[in-house]
Amino acid sequence: MSAVQAASLPAVTTPRKRRFRVRPSRIVINVVLAAVAIFWLVPAVGILIISLRPESAFEQSGWWTVFTAPAQLTFSNYKTLLSAGFSAGGVLDSLTTSLAITIPVTILVTIISSLTAYSLVFGRWRGRTVVFLLIVAMLVLPLQMALIPVASLYNFIGDTTGLKLFGSVIGVIIFHVAFGLPFGIFLMRNFYTGIPHDLLEAGRIDGAGEWTLFRKVVMPLGLPAAASLAIFQFIWVWNDLLVALVFLANNSHLTLTLFLYGQTRFLSSNYYIISTGAMISIIVPLIVFFAFQRYFVRGVLAGAVK
Amino acid sequence: MSVADPTAEAMPLAPKQDVVPTIGTPVGGGGWKSHLGSLLFLLPGAIWLLIIVVYPFAATIVRSLYDGSGTRFIALGNYKAIFSTTDTIVSLKNNVVWVVVFPFLVTFFGLVFAVLTERIRWGTAFKTIVFMPLVFSATAAGLTWASIFFNDPHTGVVNAAVQGVANAVNPPGLYPVDTSAGESVGALAATGVQSGPGGTLESKTTVTAGGTIELGLTGISPTTLQANHATPALVPASSNGAIVGLVWRDFSPSHPAARGQVFPDEDGIAGLHVALLGSNGAVGATTTTASNGSFSFAGVGSGSYRVQVTAQNFQAGFNGIFFLGTQSLTPTGSLNPTLQAILSLPIVDIAMIIAYLWIWAGFAMVVIGAGLASLNREVLEAAQIDGASEWQTLRRVTVPMLRPVLVVVFVTMVINVLKIFDIILNMATPSSQAGASTIALQIYNNFASTGGQGLAAAFAVLLFILVVPAMLMNLKRIRG
Repeated sequence: MSAVQAASLPAVTTPRKRRFRVRPSRIVINVVLAAVAIFWLVPAVGILIISLRPESAFEQSGWWTVFTAPAQLTFSNYKTLLSAGFSAGGVLDSLTTSLAITIPVTILVTIISSLTAYSLVFGRWRGRTVVFLLIVAMLVLPLQMALIPVASLYNFIGDTTGLKLFGSVIGVIIFHVAFGLPFGIFLMRNFYTGIPHDLLEAGRIDGAGEWTLFRKVVMPLGLPAAASLAIFQFIWVWNDLLVALVFLANNSHLTLTLFLYGQTRFLSSNYYIISTGAMISIIVPLIVFFAFQRYFVRGVLAGAVK
Repeated sequence: MSVADPTAEAMPLAPKQDVVPTIGTPVGGGGWKSHLGSLLFLLPGAIWLLIIVVYPFAATIVRSLYDGSGTRFIALGNYKAIFSTTDTIVSLKNNVVWVVVFPFLVTFFGLVFAVLTERIRWGTAFKTIVFMPLVFSATAAGLTWASIFFNDPHTGVVNAAVQGVANAVNPPGLYPVDTSAGESVGALAATGVQSGPGGTLESKTTVTAGGTIELGLTGISPTTLQANHATPALVPASSNGAIVGLVWRDFSPSHPAARGQVFPDEDGIAGLHVALLGSNGAVGATTTTASNGSFSFAGVGSGSYRVQVTAQNFQAGFNGIFFLGTQSLTPTGSLNPTLQAILSLPIVDIAMIIAYLWIWAGFAMVVIGAGLASLNREVLEAAQIDGASEWQTLRRVTVPMLRPVLVVVFVTMVINVLKIFDIILNMATPSSQAGASTIALQIYNNFASTGGQGLAAAFAVLLFILVVPAMLMNLKRIRG
């Protein structure tokens, strides 16, 4: 028990002697956790430094040599990578594609989940419990169970209507939304169950329609949960590789994960490019993480232990 | 796949108190319009889920009973096929390794970090550092860790560290010969030298006191010689009662074909450990060659001697452990292929588990930390007042009280690693992919190959069956 915590206890309960006995172990704890923190930082620092060293240096020596020779740091890898501009298959085009997928998915999942959760919590139709339990069952369903039929469905739609879904950004979005919904509905529903029904009753008596009640009462109250869901969803979709690998096949535009994976096959010969791409790929989620850390953590905890 | 799959994470974290409201929750007023309205709200989600989740789920089960082209019904043929290949056994084995090792480690580290961060002043900073990798895609994290585990000790930080220790314990010679790369000490012999026992070289002829001996070696690079400060070879003058000689690089750029002759553009081999061998083969005096390759043994007794170039000179340095390869950590080399597939433990699995731990330990720490914060402090304080040590309090009070949270983290991680996919694709080298494969990788590989869709469907159903226990557990928890 730390000194601060001990001090806040009723004075009588903690004999003074015990507190001093704990001291040496606190030093040990600090040292151990400092070592852990360094271990956790090494990979991120390493990849950052690799991205800031020229190719020649990469082949010659380890990234840790910058600590003795900082002159080797350069932005040349970034210049090389960004010089491709927005041409298809380049890193900037991939960044745009990732955004073009992630933003619509995030918005759609958040809105549709909220609507469904509203219906599940405030609707009066029969079978709501069964539907909710089905959604709970879908939470752990591997998305691999849907790959083949959805690919066939996309191809079928493409053949009959000419609407290209397989190999297109829209196809990826549709798939992501579907597999984001169970968690989204689950999270929003758990939050909405805490909203008193009386609030809606008052509105109904005043003649407000369901849409008005949703817009004016439930949605504003559910905003924190919606924010958590959105941040969470954004980062998962941003980091996806499998869905893009399958449904963006043969498309000249890549997501950032696809871009990186494509480069991996030549690993070690162009590692300096990969490390730079990796840094660019984590910039967006890192910004989101630091800007909305509270919501992200809440999303992670999603209704966990109070 | 788990990183990109939100359902894998926070899903089972249902609040205990969250019980499904009874079907007849009375919500008065509004009439048929509100009834219809709330049903309309259900539509987008319901349609989306029916078309992209529910229907494909059923269709995949049906698809798994048809052949590759999807036209011929073959009942359980695909299942028989997948269970008769070593690939599947290897994949299942790897999934078992992940499931047995990873959730336990993550929960353990999460608990330890959560408990310890409460005792330090910089707890928030620590939590941020450990939690941050959660925003890394498994792709970026895989690449990052691949660089940490690079083979070459010059570029891979782990191998650099191992090299530092290995070379301190067992220093390499000045002229390392990497036998694992197919090099041999014997191949260096050019003039007047032959292979000796135990990776040594020795003179072909014997020499007596007052004599001179010349030993020519080839296959030593100029860079190595330069690094050892070698100078042009010089045959030393003979001297009474001493055995003198020269070890030199018997290759002249100006006379590439000539052997056995010392040219001005040939260097001595500097810093070489040489020894005198008696007629019975016993090692006598030892010395080291000068920068021009000459050496001298003074005060040699009667009898004839051979000169030995000791094995120490050729001791190979540490060349790096291939952490991203599939060499087994368990000795399975002599077993049959099936047993090998089951029992081998590829080293890359361990490397990937470390990388994945780096991503997920923060998740466990935060969830368990939240659980810890919600514990009844009075119980903990009571235990301490009653004289329980910190360790006893942790073992007997904190952990049992945290049990539900620990189970949630553990189960979440089991589901997560059952679906493990992209870290393998990005971290295991192309040659290691097959040995590091998992069910999720098999699904994708079969899906991507022509005629493999029936097998891919069967693998997907197999994966589904493996997550069913977790699904039932969740349903049970939610229903209360």
